Formats: sequence, structure tokens, C-alpha cells
Amino acid sequence: MSSVHESLTRRRRAEMRFRAYGLAAIALAVGMLVLLLATIGVQAAGAFSHHKLQVSVEWTDNASGPTPPVATLVSRLNTIVREDLETVFPKAMQDRRSQVELHDTVSRLALLPVANRLSRDPPTSGSLFAFDVALSDDIDLFLKGSPKLTSTVWTDGVDSIEQTVGDSVELIYEDGGLLALQREGESNEPTLLLQMGGVVIRVASITDSVVSGKVLVGEVSAIDDQDRSGAIVHRVAAPELQRNVSDQQIAWMLVLQDAGRIKRTFNADFFTNADSTYPELAGVLAAIMGSVFMMLVTAAVALPIGMAAALYLEEFAPHNRLTRMIEVNINNLAAVPSIVFGLLGAALLINFLNMPRSAPVVGGLVLGLMTLPTIILAARAALRAVPQTVRDAALGLGASKSRAVFDHVLPLAAPGILTGAIIGLARALGETAPLLLIGMVAFVAEVPDGPNDEATALPVLIYKWSNGAERAWEPATAAAIVVLLAFMVLMNAAAVLLRRRIDRTRL
Amino acid sequence: MLDVLAMIEVSWLAFVSSAMILCFAFLVGRRFSVQLPDQRIAVSQPNENGAYLAMWTVAPTLLLFALYFMFGEPLVRFLLASDLPTGFERLTSVERQQYVDRAGQALGLETIPSGADPIFHAVVDRYRALRGLAKGTVLCLSLFLSGSMFLYQLRKLSGGVRARAQVEGGIRLLLLLCAAIAIATTIGIVMSLFYESLRFFAVTPVTEFLFGTRWNAQTGSEFGALPLFFGTVMIAIIAICVAAPIGLFVAIYLAEYAGHRTRAIVKPALEVLAGIPTVVYGFFALIIVAPAVRAVALRMNDMLMALPFIDEPVLAAQPTNALAAGLVMGLMIIPYVSSLSDDVISAVPQRLRDGAYAMGATPSEAIKDIVLPTAFPGIAAALLLAISRAIGETMIVVMAAGQRAQFSLDPTSDLTTITAQIVSLLVGDSAFDSQRTLSAFALGLVLFLVTLFFNLIALRVVGRYRVRYE
Repeated sequence: MSSVHESLTRRRRAEMRFRAYGLAAIALAVGMLVLLLATIGVQAAGAFSHHKLQVSVEWTDNASGPTPPVATLVSRLNTIVREDLETVFPKAMQDRRSQVELHDTVSRLALLPVANRLSRDPPTSGSLFAFDVALSDDIDLFLKGSPKLTSTVWTDGVDSIEQTVGDSVELIYEDGGLLALQREGESNEPTLLLQMGGVVIRVASITDSVVSGKVLVGEVSAIDDQDRSGAIVHRVAAPELQRNVSDQQIAWMLVLQDAGRIKRTFNADFFTNADSTYPELAGVLAAIMGSVFMMLVTAAVALPIGMAAALYLEEFAPHNRLTRMIEVNINNLAAVPSIVFGLLGAALLINFLNMPRSAPVVGGLVLGLMTLPTIILAARAALRAVPQTVRDAALGLGASKSRAVFDHVLPLAAPGILTGAIIGLARALGETAPLLLIGMVAFVAEVPDGPNDEATALPVLIYKWSNGAERAWEPATAAAIVVLLAFMVLMNAAAVLLRRRIDRTRL
Repeated sequence: MLDVLAMIEVSWLAFVSSAMILCFAFLVGRRFSVQLPDQRIAVSQPNENGAYLAMWTVAPTLLLFALYFMFGEPLVRFLLASDLPTGFERLTSVERQQYVDRAGQALGLETIPSGADPIFHAVVDRYRALRGLAKGTVLCLSLFLSGSMFLYQLRKLSGGVRARAQVEGGIRLLLLLCAAIAIATTIGIVMSLFYESLRFFAVTPVTEFLFGTRWNAQTGSEFGALPLFFGTVMIAIIAICVAAPIGLFVAIYLAEYAGHRTRAIVKPALEVLAGIPTVVYGFFALIIVAPAVRAVALRMNDMLMALPFIDEPVLAAQPTNALAAGLVMGLMIIPYVSSLSDDVISAVPQRLRDGAYAMGATPSEAIKDIVLPTAFPGIAAALLLAISRAIGETMIVVMAAGQRAQFSLDPTSDLTTITAQIVSLLVGDSAFDSQRTLSAFALGLVLFLVTLFFNLIALRVVGRYRVRYE
């Protein structure tokens, strides 16, 4: 009797285990999906905003003639920005290296849109001209929190400051547990910056009562008592050699931030710019247009042909070997790896038919051929869902076979076919591999005007950006992925709405 | 005049001329039928008469333009190459061909690049003239043939031809042609892969390609693809090791245990998983999974080195590695395994389960002993399809698996696959006469045949299975 009991408990446990495995598998799959989406969301969040430096200057028109060309304006604005920075930080002019570092904090090419605005609508001479200029990608990343910066107010306060040689200073303080703690137990020696008013000091060494360091920004004489009591300790997580922003640049940014000169704005450039070799200027507009043209070609190829093929196979085809062959063929084509279609495009369209490389037409054709089987299968399912009575009624009233199909079956199946087609197209929109083989990876810095222009596509842009060496490409890539997914979600939502509609009319 | 014609896209030319012919013939045909004498019975409706006339009239034009589209440009090139100015005879045919290619490129530009000699100018001009002549001939010929066809069919129409039957036949033919494009695509794939592969195998022996162990296509000329096959199989195995248990358990749970609510959440989630573009998976593998794998591998190395008998790092711990690519690929193919298996398991007749329950089996015992064995062929087919997906998957391996062609059983080393090599060989400039480019097509052929083999088996099994239980 007990052995039966034992085996029952064992079997019950096995049952529970089995169920748990199933649940665990589901949890794992869904969890990975969530992790994937969350990673991309978090990464992308940074790229949708950008830090900019506000500059305002009294505009002097040196020539009353026609507005100078944009290139001249860019260099003129560049000089304005540089001079502005140099007046804020005069010490940077002392040596060549720090001068270059200062100039590197803003990106010169970011002035192009400002210059364009200026040439369209020049301000009157003598008026105040204010504009924003994007900070360089590394500075922007730093301001967004990479490497991490932790700031704490040093409540104990500094008793006195002694200037030793040149920029070196010694700070005398009494009870300084804080600083000692900050410095201890770190293997990789983070940088400590001490900010008092407009002065930033890099800490070199700490003893019980003396902190010695180097002044990075400002004059020690400018520090008043209030600044001394409210000193702020900034701790940069990574040591200077392991990051792309120097301590000096961080110090400048801290002061500029205090002065309210840096603001974080929505990165509209990301949606209005074409690709660029600089991550802070790169945008997705050209790729979006490329993808749109490509999808138009794909739809123009795959939709009519797929619909016609489905009509033939479902409504007209006799049951013979040819029909069976076509059916097997379509099923196989649907499972052929997408890269093989890319090879077809490269060999047939580009090499044999001499079509242009990097053109949305070719990409659209290749993707069209690739989506064709999907659309045919979906359209056949939609046609099969039309009740046989519709056909019988039409034929019974004397309509010819074509008449019955085109006037009665097709209109009923059309929404279903369209649903399938949209889902197929959404899939094609995300396809990358075949496009790589037909030259869509070329760097294209201009928005294409038509399907014959050189262009790139969104997924290819994502692939290219993910290869970028600078760290700033990572959030940009994630942001481009968000844009791509948004388009796919839109298309799928349209399909779902359409499907709902059909279900309602069927009732 | 001919020069202008030479620069117009042939597809536009074909489109505009056939559209005009269509409209004209349709309108005439429709009008004509209206004017039929009363005593004669109108066999077809006016629109059908119009369509009849339009159909027949446009046919010769379309045919001619299709011929030009396929053979026109090569013919022009051939004529040009055989008719180059004196001094070109000593060039080989390949060199002459390249010269003509350059002339063709110059033709597309607004201005001929500076530094070109007058002979080149002359050749470009001749090219343009020949092309214009060819297009002009096609245009005139098509107008003439369509015109004669128009008159001939107009007479037949007045003779009371059965226009509707013919139009419907024409439509049916058009539909058949569309359906045949699927076959044409397959033929196109096979032809282009075979053609380029044959050119490749003319220089590199097939045996060296299939059994050679050194792959160095980028710089050298070593084309032994065995390391690539190894990498492909290795990553596919990792992927299927991830996807098979997870996908199968998901399918079992959804089909046998889950209530309506769970299904309503999990099914769309799996659809999302299947709908995410592969380049996104690649990015995920590159920035999250690969560094994680590397960190774990480094830590394991440290732990192993602490042991007395190991004094070298055991794992390669590369920044891009096979394990990362395989894991993410496994994640990607979970929905393929689960949705097909779900269908197959759900298709197992309820009476089999009821029988098992009646004998005292628990649900899991019924699944393990009755349902899964019954559904096995279908599940195997699902796994085959998933493997075929994994072998053909490109972006994940391109981004996260690395580029080194090597044999290494260490999953944290960087491996490369057939698809990754195809991409790296064909991205950038691809002159179609280098062995390097052609090797990509040989790889593509192998890929196509292998996936086709898997697909054919899987589809056949799925097809048979459906028949048995429906």
C-alpha cells in the first residue's frame, strides 16, 4: 500500500515539475524579450536629447553686400564660439594643448544648420544674435552620465587656501573624513574635482589636514568665504586615461553648467539630418526616405503579383503537375534564407542587368521577390476564407468564372489580402542582409529624391552605426532601432485594425 | 533625336508607349462595338470589346520591349566591342569588354571625366548612337507591329469574334504568368548561383573548396570552406540547444496547460519575438550578450587558473564570440519552434489523451508517452525548419560572431559562418571577375542547397502529418 502512495507522490511531483518547466520556459522567453526591449529603450533614451551650448553675440555685419556663402559663415561662427569660450576661460590660451582641448568641446560641423539659418535670415547689424551649438559627442556622453559623476557638498569647509607654485594649491582643513573616504579603497584612482564658485581644483593628494591640488579653472584669489564653506566634491568614476574627456574639459563643463550656459534639448537633428561621420550630427531622415522608397517599390512589385498568383492558384488553377510544382516552389521560396535573395540581386540585377548599386529600386525589387511568397500564402488564405456560396451564387446567376471571382470573391477577400500584405511588408522593412549585398551600405549623406537615387535603408543604417568606433554611436544605434520598431509597430497596428474591421463585417 | 532616345530609360519608354497604345485601342474597341449594326447580336459588352482590342494590340509592343530589356544592352555592347577603332585589335576580349564598360559608365554621367582621350570620346558617342538606334528600332518596330495587329483584330471584331472568352483567357494567362514568377525566381536563384559558382570552380577545384581547411579569401587565395561549415554548424547547434527545449516546453505548456488568459499574453509576445528584425538581435548580441559571455569566460579562466594543474587561460573569451551569436540566435528561433510545435501538438486527437487518462496517466505522462511520440514527426519538422533558419541567419553572426575562420570547440572563441563570409566578401566594391567575389556565390550555393534540403524534408513531413489528422 505504501509503495502505491510513494509512487503517487512521486508522479504528482513529476507532474508539478513538468508544469514548472513549461512555465519557466515561457518566463525565460518573455523575460529575454523584455530584456532586449528594455536594453534598447534605455540605450536609446540618451540619443533623443542632446546637450547644447548657448552662445549669444552682438552681430556685426562687416559687409553690407550680399550674404556671404555658408562656408564662410560657418568659419565665422566657429571663430565666435571659440572666442566666446576663450573669454570665459582665458587660462586655456596659455598652452596649445589645452586650447585644442577647449575647441574640441564643441563640434564645428554642428554650426552648419546655424549658418544655414543665418544665411536665410541674417540679423541686423548690432542686434544680439543668440544660437545653440551642439557639444561634441564625448562631452555630451559625459553630461548624460558616462563616465559617472557623483557630486557631494563638502560641508566641513576649507579653512584656508595657499597658492604654492604656479597653479598648485594647498587647502588646509580640519576635520576631513569625507575626502579621505572618497579616496580610499579605490584600485583605479578616480579623479576628484573640488569646485568652489567659479574655481575648479583637481585633487592630487590628501593628508589629514592638507589637500594639495592643481587649479584647472579660475583664479584662487576669486574664492570668497561663501564659496569656501560650500565647496562641492565631484568624483569621476573612471581615471582620466580610460575616458575620452579630460579632467580639464570636465572642469570647464562644470563651470559652464553652473553658469547656465548648457541646456539639454530634444535632439531634433536626429530626425532631420542625414547620415554623418560624426555621431552628434547623424540623423535618420535619409534612411527613412530610402526605406520608404524601397517599400513603395516592394509593394508595387509584390502586392499585384502576389495577389494575381494567389487568385490563379486558388480560383483558376487546374489540378495538374504545373500547379503542384508552383505550390511546392512557393513554400520553398518562403523558407529560402534572405541572403540568397541578396545574391540573386547582386548577380542578376546589378551584374547582369546593370542596374545602379545602392538604389532603392534594386533593394525594393529584391525585397519584393523575397516577400512575394509570404503575400501569396496570406492572399490564398484570405481567398479560401470567402464562403463557397458566394461563388456558387454568382455562377448560378450566369456570371462567368472571371466575373464571379473579380466582382464578388476578390472584394470580399481584399481586406484580408491587404492585412497579410502589410505584415509581409513590415517584415521586409526590417530586412538587412540582402541589402548589404546590393551596395546599400554606401555612405550617403544626402536625402534621396527618388527610388533611383543612391540611398541607404533604416536597418542598414543600424548595422553601420553599430560598427561605429565612438561610444556615442551606441545610443544613436539604439535610437535608430526605436525608429525602425516604431514604423513596424505602426504597420502591424494598421494590419490589426484592418483585421478587426473584417471580423466585424463578417459578423 | 536618337541621342535623346538613348538616354531615356527603357522601362519608361515601354511603360509610356504601351500605356498610350492600351488607352487608344481600348477606346476605339469600345466605341466600335457600340456602332455594331442592330441586326447583329452583340456577343460581348463594349468594355470587353475594348479590352479585347487593347490586349491584342499591346502584346507585340510588350514582347519587343521585353526582348530589348533582356538582350538589347548586351547586343549594343557586342556591336560596339566588335567595332572599336583601329588599334584595339591587340587587346584581349576581356580588356575590350572593360573598355566598353567604362564607356557605358561615362555615358551615364553628365560630363565625360577629364583626362579622357578623344578616342574614348568617340567610343562614348558611338555607344550613345548605337543605343539610340537600338531603342529607335524597337520603338518603330513595335508601333508597326502593334498597328498591324490593331487593324487585323479590328476586322475580327467586326466579324463578331467572341471577345469576352478571349479576354478572360488573357486574364487567366496573366495570372498564370504571375504565379510562374515564383518558379522564375527559383530558377533565377539557381541559375545565378550555379553560373557564378561554375566560374569559381573553374579555378578552384570543388574538392579544395569543400574539404580544404584553410579559408583566407579576403587577402590570400585560400578557399577551403571547411572552417566556415564548422562555424555554421557550431553556432546552429548552440542556437538549437537553446531554442529546442525552451520552444518545445513553451509549446507543450501553451497547448496542454495554459488557459485562455495565458495564451492571450504569451502568443503575441512570441509573435513580437518573431517579428523583431534580425539586425536588432545582432545589436543586442553585440552590446549585451557578447560582453557578458566574455566577462563570465574571463572569470572562469581566473577560477580555473587558481587550480594547481592549469596555468594557461582555458577559454578564449573573445569580445565577439560564437556563444553570444548562438544564444541570441536561439532566442530568435524560439517562436519558430514553439508555434509549429504548438500546432502539431494541438492537432493530436483528444481521444488519444482521453485514452491515456482513462488508464490512469497524469497529464504529463500522457504528454510524454502518448502526445509527444504521436506528434514527433511534426516536431522534428519544426526543429528542421528552425535549424534551416539558424543556418541561413545572417545579421546576428555578422555582428556578433567574429570573422576568424578556425576550428575551435571553445564556444567563447570567435568563429565565422557561411553567411557572415558572404557578407564580408560582397560588401564594398564587388568586381564580378575576382575569385574573391565568386567564392561568395559558391558559399551561397552551398547555403541554398543545404537549407533547401532541410526545408523540403520538413515541408514534406508537415504536409503528410496534416493529411493524417485532418
